[in-house]
Amino acid sequence: MMRFVASLGAAVLAVFAAIGRVAIFTAQTISHLVRPPFYPREFGQALLQIGYFSLPVVGLTAFFTGGALALQIYAGGARFSAEAVVPQIVAIGMVRELGPVLVGLMIAARVTSSIAAEIATMKVTEQIDALVTLSTHPMKYLTLPRVLAATLVMPLLVGVGDVIGIFGGYIVGTQRLGFNAAAYLQNTADFLEVRDVVSSLTKGAVFGFIAALMGCYYGMQSERGAMGVGRATKGSVVAAAVLILAANFLLTEAFFSV
Amino acid sequence: MIRLANVHKSFGDNHVLRGASLHVPKGQSMVVIGGSGTGKSVLIKSVLGLVKPDSGKIEVNGQDVARADRDAFLARFGMLFQGGALFDSLTVWQNVAFRLLRGSLKRPLDEARAVAIEKLRRVGLDKDVADRLPAELSGGMQKRVGLARAIAADPEIIFFDEPTTGLDPIMAGVINDLIREIVTEMGATAVTITHDMTSARAIADQVAMLHAGKVRWCGPINELDTTDDPYVQQFIHGRADGPIAALR
Repeated sequence: MMRFVASLGAAVLAVFAAIGRVAIFTAQTISHLVRPPFYPREFGQALLQIGYFSLPVVGLTAFFTGGALALQIYAGGARFSAEAVVPQIVAIGMVRELGPVLVGLMIAARVTSSIAAEIATMKVTEQIDALVTLSTHPMKYLTLPRVLAATLVMPLLVGVGDVIGIFGGYIVGTQRLGFNAAAYLQNTADFLEVRDVVSSLTKGAVFGFIAALMGCYYGMQSERGAMGVGRATKGSVVAAAVLILAANFLLTEAFFSV
Repeated sequence: MIRLANVHKSFGDNHVLRGASLHVPKGQSMVVIGGSGTGKSVLIKSVLGLVKPDSGKIEVNGQDVARADRDAFLARFGMLFQGGALFDSLTVWQNVAFRLLRGSLKRPLDEARAVAIEKLRRVGLDKDVADRLPAELSGGMQKRVGLARAIAADPEIIFFDEPTTGLDPIMAGVINDLIREIVTEMGATAVTITHDMTSARAIADQVAMLHAGKVRWCGPINELDTTDDPYVQQFIHGRADGPIAALR
């Protein structure tokens, strides 16, 4: 019995220690926002890598999800003669939930894994130590540009994802389900509120922050060897995905609680 | 110049440094020898602040490194890492000129590139390699680029971590000669860690042997072969039998 209590206590302490480490890492990252030097070149590259090069995967994910959503709502709505709500539900579903969450998860898969693997490899090949000996703070040079770029560019990616998702629903709705094109767009525009868009973009910023932060954190914490890099990469994606979904719930509660 | 006094460092239960003390005079080339896992890398990383000692004192030019201004302190150092530690995403010249492209030593782009190409020439590399990525170079060339980066900002103190590991004997000889020449012409203080005795003899003014977390023996290179310390004799002659094996 005592052994069980001891192992339970050790596990709880380990969780709190991990939360503490992430909290300290987050605070350190934010503190570098106001402490020069800054590295605009690295920030620009991070914007390009995280933002521009993620556009194809974000666009394809959103397009197919919007189309599938239209089909599902049409089929489900037909059970109680509510097929006409397809434009409205596609719009609200994409903008409030699916747009930010799917883009967040795709970024966790594409960007978080890439950041974690890159930084972990830099750590095991002593490139992080080399940065320090070259009078360059690794958090300023590696972490801050990536986290800042992801936080700023993710709302744009989510916005693009929302629009393409609605467009996917529009294509399926007008070409497959027989909706009038002008009426579909009118219904979409009439139904969406400013709050929907604001919540979507806010979620994007928060998810971007989480995705890049987890990549950097796990990369910096990586252990030695190929296995260490693998563990860091896997851990970063899992942590980013879980935290994005948890943050989504909290933000939805904050924006739309009844 | 560099003085370590009774430095201890543990990683969990592994007590790596157990009271290491060492004095490296200004302008001297000190080679630290010792078996794998004896704490050689931890010793130089402690001086640079990459590893924080648990206790003991480390001074550079009489200044306690724990209290020094980090940027000013590190600006005086250059380091060649065992695997080169070149930044994969940057070209060769950007690696060499890294310090000159940002921070307190920042210079105009053209000037930084010119310095990088001059340093590459100094280590025997043609300017054609300047725009290549590190992954496109052989191990020996990467080591030379690492050496060029270490000397790019004309440091007062240079550390070399296993400079010949992984190189063929001829390339190892080239790197040894380069290190000796550069240290002499720059008048820099150098600390090299190695278990390659050919390298140690080529580079060293002074030799220190680290064993069981302490400096076991320290003296001029010309006394290395005549010392009667059984640990040193076993190590430099690569004998399997002796006090070192008995302690393992």
